[in-house]
Amino acid sequence: MDTTLVAPPAGAGELVVPGRRRRRPRNRVWRALGYLAMLVAAAALLLPFYWMVMSSLKTNNEVFTIPIKWVPDSAVWHNYLDIWQKSQMTTWLRNTLILSVAVTALQVLTGSFAAYGFAKVRFPGRDLLFLGYIGTIAVPWQSYMIPQFILMSKMHLSNTLWSIIFLQAFGAFGVFLMKQYYESIPDELLEAARIDGLSEYGIYRRIMLPLSVPAIASLTLLTFVTTWNDYLGPLIYLRSPDLRTIQLGLSTFIAQYNAEYALIMTGSVLSVLPIAVIFLLGQRYFLEGIATTGLKG
Amino acid sequence: MTTLPGVRRRRSRLVWRNTVVGWTFILPNFAGFAALTLVPVVVLFYVAFTNWNVFGVADWTGLANFRRMIHDASFRTALQNTVYYTVLHIPLTLAASLGLALLLNRKLRGLGFFRTAAFFPYITSIVALTYVWNLLFSPEYGPINGFLRAIGIAHPPGWTTSADWSMPAVIIVGTWREMGYYMLLYLAGLQTIPAELYEAARVDGANAWQRFRSVTLPGLRPTTFLVAVLLTIGSFKVFDVILLLTNGGPGQSTLVLSQFIYQKGFVENQFGYASAVSIVLFAICFLVTAIQFLVNKRRNA
Repeated sequence: MDTTLVAPPAGAGELVVPGRRRRRPRNRVWRALGYLAMLVAAAALLLPFYWMVMSSLKTNNEVFTIPIKWVPDSAVWHNYLDIWQKSQMTTWLRNTLILSVAVTALQVLTGSFAAYGFAKVRFPGRDLLFLGYIGTIAVPWQSYMIPQFILMSKMHLSNTLWSIIFLQAFGAFGVFLMKQYYESIPDELLEAARIDGLSEYGIYRRIMLPLSVPAIASLTLLTFVTTWNDYLGPLIYLRSPDLRTIQLGLSTFIAQYNAEYALIMTGSVLSVLPIAVIFLLGQRYFLEGIATTGLKG
Repeated sequence: MTTLPGVRRRRSRLVWRNTVVGWTFILPNFAGFAALTLVPVVVLFYVAFTNWNVFGVADWTGLANFRRMIHDASFRTALQNTVYYTVLHIPLTLAASLGLALLLNRKLRGLGFFRTAAFFPYITSIVALTYVWNLLFSPEYGPINGFLRAIGIAHPPGWTTSADWSMPAVIIVGTWREMGYYMLLYLAGLQTIPAELYEAARVDGANAWQRFRSVTLPGLRPTTFLVAVLLTIGSFKVFDVILLLTNGGPGQSTLVLSQFIYQKGFVENQFGYASAVSIVLFAICFLVTAIQFLVNKRRNA
């Protein structure tokens, strides 16, 4: 039941190159091919980002030139000042931050709580219920967004930030991720705690939560990033300009100033930057989270 | 023998107690989940048979929405485009992610950095990305066509401005965005294949291709199955990339089912008809996933 892949340090995959064998020429060819593929793929993956950052430091006329300028003549930093005046960036960022924090807190709390029920408390109908949960991961949101919208409207939640909170906070994903992790914690540990007179809630709080910090970190980061990047939810539910999130705001900004290439690129960089920082700081947990939910036991 | 009823009663009390405790754990999440996912899915199957519109007046119209769909040329275009996207996007992404994972599954310097880079498009906001790609694809001045001209292609494609090339452009962006994610799944899958199997195959004189065919591929089957299922659902519901990159155009050349539902539902307020189309999307995803599960099961047996 090795469900978590602790992202191995660079080059832990020793499947192809067995240790004792002397390196043969063919192996070297493969290694060279590996480096080449890595280089080409890294370029393909990162060039759009490079272009985005560089364009944000250019003047508008400089964005499209033939031949392409890969480095601006002189970095134009005032785009990063203008954007705050020309757009409601502050409002967008504030709304997005509120949503991301609220959704993440709710998802982590209710998700880990429910996961404990599914993983460690035995009762009739539990597995069937869990199957229902997992089944809905396979149901595309696009296929029930209409009735969901009707329901939210009936509850007078559409066009409020609450709609996005409810939309994102109770997903099956968090339950699934946490349950996978909880199942790797041995039952004997809980049994001992039960004999010591700890209630199930006590076990959850005193034993499971402290033990599952890595999984909680994964879930926190993944949920935060998903909510931050969500475009369709805000597009459908948030109609008032002062409720716009960064994604929705950026897309309206693009529609409004569609020829201000450099300025839009600046907005794009600002919308990506927080996520990039979070990702770089916590990438171990991102990769673990992906591997856990990807490779179900 | 005399204690048996007592034990039984105690056990049933334990079951009862566990059920209550279990449900209290599950309930906070389940309440939200049921209200916002389960109920809408059930309601969907009611709304689809009505003419629900913006006024909320809903008359039962039976199969009228579905009959209308059959004769709706836009619906058929959307369905065809969705299949077009799916049929190209799945094998491309599968091959790219598996290929990358195989090449990178060895001791290489900088692999950690690359893993980060590969995952980055997946966690970056789609609004910013599609804008950048749109400029990259720009037919006259964009860097992509600049590159194509430089290597001698006199008339490079018009990408998002051309009805023939807009879908390939969307597929390129979709594959670019997701391949890193699936590569990570494959890299994790490769770690689960025991090294002794390769050793044994080598002792038996199997060459690299044979080892790949008879050790790597079978060992990766659970991963491939998972990737295929995720990719299938992801492809059939493709939406935000298209909405932002081409908005379904030019013409209807990249109109897909999800966008058709969005258009009918949230722009034209025809909730009934949009729900009927949603059921079709739902049914396609369900059927294809079910078939994949069955095939997988039979292969494993």
